[in-house]
Amino acid sequence: MTAFYPPDTKPSQKSRSTGRGGDRAVAFLTSSAGIAIIVTVVLVGVFLLWQAIPSVMADQVSFLFSREWDVSDTDDLRFGILDLLYTTVLSSVFAMALAVPVAIGIALYITQYAPLKLAKPVAYVVDLLAAVPSIIFGLWGIIVLAPVIQPVATFLNSTLGWFPLFGDGIKSPGTVFTAGVVLAIMILPIITAISREVVDQTPLLNKEAALALGATKWEAIKMVVLPFGKPGIISASMLGLGRALGETIAVMIILSKPAPNADFNPSLFAGGETFASKIANNAAEFDSPEKTGAYIAAGLVLFILTFVVNAIARWVINRRKEYSE
Amino acid sequence: MAKNIEAIDVNVYYSSFLAVEDINMEIEPNAVTAFIGPSGCGKTTFLRTMNRMIETIPGGRVEGQLMMNGENTLAAGVDPVAVRRDVGMVFQRPNPFPTMSIFDNVVAGLKLNGERNKSTLAEVAERALRSANLWEEVKDRLDRPGAGLSGGQQQRLCIARAIAVSPDVILMDEPCSALDPISTLAIEDLITELKTEYTVVIVTHNMQQASRVSDTTAFFNIAGVGQPGQLIEMGPTQKIFSNPDEPATEDYISGRFG
Repeated sequence: MTAFYPPDTKPSQKSRSTGRGGDRAVAFLTSSAGIAIIVTVVLVGVFLLWQAIPSVMADQVSFLFSREWDVSDTDDLRFGILDLLYTTVLSSVFAMALAVPVAIGIALYITQYAPLKLAKPVAYVVDLLAAVPSIIFGLWGIIVLAPVIQPVATFLNSTLGWFPLFGDGIKSPGTVFTAGVVLAIMILPIITAISREVVDQTPLLNKEAALALGATKWEAIKMVVLPFGKPGIISASMLGLGRALGETIAVMIILSKPAPNADFNPSLFAGGETFASKIANNAAEFDSPEKTGAYIAAGLVLFILTFVVNAIARWVINRRKEYSE
Repeated sequence: MAKNIEAIDVNVYYSSFLAVEDINMEIEPNAVTAFIGPSGCGKTTFLRTMNRMIETIPGGRVEGQLMMNGENTLAAGVDPVAVRRDVGMVFQRPNPFPTMSIFDNVVAGLKLNGERNKSTLAEVAERALRSANLWEEVKDRLDRPGAGLSGGQQQRLCIARAIAVSPDVILMDEPCSALDPISTLAIEDLITELKTEYTVVIVTHNMQQASRVSDTTAFFNIAGVGQPGQLIEMGPTQKIFSNPDEPATEDYISGRFG
């Protein structure tokens, strides 16, 4: 190393050490931030496992496949997550099905179609949605939205009622359907914002290539803009899904709790409880480690579920990596 | 089929700004016509009116007539999309579709026209890639991403994509400006071959290139910043480069300005 510099031009030790000191400090700060987040995730996982395992071991029914949930007797814990898993996944996937097409539509409108004067306000209003607290969404959903979308639910039920998803449900407006629509609105801003960003990055050069080949605007969007934005739109959707899976307060306010031991109803128009709403609804019951453990076990499944969703998203994105420069 | 192009009183505007003024010229079929001139003189702008790409820019607007074999492509009822299907374009920087394979890049235009027959697509892809002198280099990896090729190969891929739809005219906007000398040579050879089947119009900043590849040269200039670009002189390339009529042309090609 020293031979590299002629003796008289070798940088002075002093100036070099100053530069390195700064480098070291920044390297330390950034790597601690990086390590901290990994440690946090691992610790959360360890905490959940440590709290959950004793209760799951003491569970008298199948934790994964039972629909029962009765933890009042700590010597006879009976809890299974099947219903929670179903309601959580159903409401979130339904919310995604509604939100993703609309989000892509808004993103395309803002970036490709809207006149500049309109694009900014529209983007701003969508972003503003993200600032509404979820408790407001919950109240608004059950009081204002539910009666408005009731006719849609009735229509779906009467025309497609033979399909279990649209079968008969409950009279109350607190259905998975209502919760899903509210969740869709709640995850719309994040999906829209990220989709808009990635779609907007489409190189003009590629769009021009499509147009010069004789593509119409929509064809150019299909050929260039959407394929280019696809990985980003998928990650955006998964982020939205993650948020929908874990949303607590709004879902808790909206969903009607089914009566204990009620029959399983797969319909969107039934009530139910998600992992998050179940835990929140029963926060008052955390009076013994056994009971608490049961709820934490449910939380652990939610944790794993969001993890799996993110892993799948990564996998989908990486599969086409070589095509996305 | 190569078409003859005639511009009559063409004015191009960006909103209210007149970018190119009063272009009158005739472009021969089966020949290479080069547009030369200093930056900002409207060569590219005028090139882009020939496939009406200028209208994809907000505010872009054209007046006048642009006849292709006697039909005015700027007429009110003419769909710009239809014009672009007959007038291919190769851009300054290679721009293969990044999400598509080499094969899909070549046949992208055909698919737009509704061609779905696999054997037809394969046939046309091979013919286009051969015409673009790229076939031998990529025939074993047609399913690989187009963006994985070298710059020169990518540009030839873009040329293959443009000729796959059998256009009448091929426009090239400084097609070699982002390429190394060897790739440039390959493209120049290709341009000379292309004129047997197409009308070729090329914008270039490289004087040697214009004199090497073109039959006719058009010199554009501007009177000053903010002034519209104008066609100063057009004629056989040899004459323009040896004995131009206009002093401005002489100054430009001898390197005295621009």
